[in-house]
Amino acid sequence: MSLLGQFRLRAERHIKLFRCLRKSAALRKRITRTDSIRPRDVLAFVVLRNELVRLPYFLDYYRAQGVRHFLMVDNGSDDGTAEYLEGQRDVSLWSTQASYKGASYGVDWLNHLLWLYGAGHWVLVLDVDEFLVYPFCDTRPLSALTDWLDSQGRHSFGAMLLDMYPKGPISAQPYHSGQNPFEIARYFDAGNLSIRRNARYQNLWIQGGVRQRVIMAAEPKAAPALNKTPLVRWSRAYAYISSTHTILPRALNKVYDDGGGELASGVLLHAKFLNTILAKTHEELTRGEHYSDSREYHAYAASLTQSQNLWCTWSTEYINWRQLEILGLMSKGDWA
Amino acid sequence: MSGPLGIVMLCHTALHRAEQVARFWLEAGCPVVIHLDRAVSDADMRAMRAALGAHPLVRFSPRHRCAWGSWQLVAATQDAAELLLRDFPQIGHVLLISGACLPLRPAAELQAHLAAHPQTDFIESVAIEHANWITGGLSEERFTLYFPFNWHKHRWAFDSFVELQRKLGMRREIPRPLRPHMGSQWWCLTRETLSAILKDPKRKRYERYFRQNWIPDESYFQTLARLHAHQIDSRSLTLVKFDRNGRPNLFYDDHLQLLRRSDCFLARKIWPEAGRLYDFFLSDELVKQPRLPAEPSKIDRYFELAEHQRREGRAGLYMQSRFPSHDSGAAKTAGPYSVFCGFDHLFQNFEHWVGQVTGTRAHGHLFGRERVQFHGGARVWHGAISDAAAIRDYNPRMFLTNLLWATRGERQCFAYGPEDAMDHEVNWFMATDANAEIHVIRGAWMLPIWRRGEVSDAVVAEVARLHKREQDWLEVLESRWVLAKCKVWTVAEIRAAPDACLAEAVRDSATPAALAAHGLAPLQGLDGLQEFLTALRNRGLSPQFFKDFNT
Repeated sequence: MSLLGQFRLRAERHIKLFRCLRKSAALRKRITRTDSIRPRDVLAFVVLRNELVRLPYFLDYYRAQGVRHFLMVDNGSDDGTAEYLEGQRDVSLWSTQASYKGASYGVDWLNHLLWLYGAGHWVLVLDVDEFLVYPFCDTRPLSALTDWLDSQGRHSFGAMLLDMYPKGPISAQPYHSGQNPFEIARYFDAGNLSIRRNARYQNLWIQGGVRQRVIMAAEPKAAPALNKTPLVRWSRAYAYISSTHTILPRALNKVYDDGGGELASGVLLHAKFLNTILAKTHEELTRGEHYSDSREYHAYAASLTQSQNLWCTWSTEYINWRQLEILGLMSKGDWA
Repeated sequence: MSGPLGIVMLCHTALHRAEQVARFWLEAGCPVVIHLDRAVSDADMRAMRAALGAHPLVRFSPRHRCAWGSWQLVAATQDAAELLLRDFPQIGHVLLISGACLPLRPAAELQAHLAAHPQTDFIESVAIEHANWITGGLSEERFTLYFPFNWHKHRWAFDSFVELQRKLGMRREIPRPLRPHMGSQWWCLTRETLSAILKDPKRKRYERYFRQNWIPDESYFQTLARLHAHQIDSRSLTLVKFDRNGRPNLFYDDHLQLLRRSDCFLARKIWPEAGRLYDFFLSDELVKQPRLPAEPSKIDRYFELAEHQRREGRAGLYMQSRFPSHDSGAAKTAGPYSVFCGFDHLFQNFEHWVGQVTGTRAHGHLFGRERVQFHGGARVWHGAISDAAAIRDYNPRMFLTNLLWATRGERQCFAYGPEDAMDHEVNWFMATDANAEIHVIRGAWMLPIWRRGEVSDAVVAEVARLHKREQDWLEVLESRWVLAKCKVWTVAEIRAAPDACLAEAVRDSATPAALAAHGLAPLQGLDGLQEFLTALRNRGLSPQFFKDFNT
């Protein structure tokens, strides 16, 4: 890349960091327990809105993996989400009524909290419907992975979104608080991804899965990005640019090998397609706070509410990480 | 005569685990000398001394700061070994371990093994001219160049200085009578050999020399043991598996069954939080469980596979952490496939027939303009690949690689041609893919147009356009970068010898038995084609175009 190009990326990163500082003015401290964070702890950063029903399973899932502290931003919930989180001993909570869209879909708030608390830690940046699966996650805690990444000199770890869905209409199997969402959304598309390399940021731009196959079939280009880099050994010089799809400096985006080998990677199981999406779709359409004029939610409204079945004869039922690795959706790399 | 075993233990992190392991040896009656790295905090050091210091068999040796591959590691070992030999005169063998080593067998078993071999030194010691396993490219030069720069911290300076010395032909003299040997830094030496090394009259001279070496902890004792040992078993008692960067792989709880199959007495490195491993191997659970037969090749294979996956990856897989560029030389697709261009227009029921003789589910035109023609008109195929043309055309190359990956193990056969949504990138991709077998009948795409029975300016324009597209494709297939197996016939050649051509097209993909059972597909009728061609010519198409049809 030319010197000018490098300079531009650096400028972009600094402008982003400055913007995050400005946008952080909208954050109000609800409760901070960040004193309890110890040096080697893995931290999770989350922005959420009205997710009370999902929270118990989400928190327990990541606690079991070894996340020590959750730093969360509540964006104007009115279903008791904030009150619930205040009662959790490993959660620090900020709240804001400001526009999600105006804060780059929450990225500005996250970058600011990462800047304040993330430096020197391995951090996981997540949505409440994303569940990380990494190699050996059934036998080794997250700290085993982060220790190994440290030993390899790697500062970021890729985990692609994998959209999970139930068989039959989405409204047919209601989700109950505390339940494993993948008891319902047990299926996924195993091999229909489109991948391109982004020359500017050097990340892979991945689309596909069920959202492209069913919901965006007429307009595949508009299907949402699935590539994510949610696990990073944070430094104050870093900044997420667009969700966790893109991060700067761009060396962190290179979570893949381009010489034929495989780097270790994981998957974020995406529990979006539960009955909860129906109410969410309705709410988000009236708020208009989502990416690209909430185009995705318009598509959901058109297809999901008409009780469309996302399942097809070649849908795969989820078993475990080894299955995902055999299917080629994630890799152990040389982590043996 | 061999006495009991003494332990030298080099520790720098996870001291609670080191302490656990030290207790294991102490309980077996083995004296332990502990070296705590200078980087260990005073609080941690005091805690460890408080926990173990009172034990009559424990000593703490003078502390050094042991950076990776530095001389200080050797110096720390020397000091600790001297202390051990001096304070415990009954010791017969000295075992060097790190704080992250875990014993895999009961201490008594190791002691019995050593008692049975009282004169043997267990130290991996390979002459450098045979040490071809080394990663990083330096073998003999480790002994003959100077290494003032730290490889980890100042890689550029390290590499440049090595390069400079090579250019200048610089060479350090190897002190006589040393013959450079290398090997694992974890050894078990007899008192006689170790004392001889420590009391060697030329020790100062050797030290001066080895200080300049790169990674002397892998060569100092290994070289000197060759000078003083009575009998060397050139194999470490400690299992270590190195990764591609020369770092030891860590062992975790899920490696328990693997480690039980090791033929070594110890293993490193153990992840400090692998509680199950420590619980199992340091308790009497180890003795209670039935012993598994030693299968060290299984352990080797396990780590070789991981290394292979990191280096080569799985052929034909394109995913989030493996995305080979076109010029990477990696295999492009997951398995062989056959592309038939024009055969379905010339032969009756070709798609069905080719499926029968190859024993596969043959597809129609995968790149059909309207939609993907999967076998049997399926709407979706393996991997949940959609038949929607819009999705396929959004990334046609990955449509193909996805299909080949999802169906790996089954040869894919499909029709393709200028009448399809032909993609220039896909054309190049298949042509430069050694897995592809491409059979083309030139001009056959014209037959469906002829069968429509219409001659108009629109038809002429269509024919001209498809002809141009075919020319572009054939140009790709004739380029010198082609790796695919390609064969091009003309319609005229097929008409002249249909059976021979067809048999050749499926020679590699069909089984003789299936061919015998199903015979060859008959040619479709071509009566009236000549009139159509004449009509086209009279409407102004170039004569160049018609030569494919003239016998």
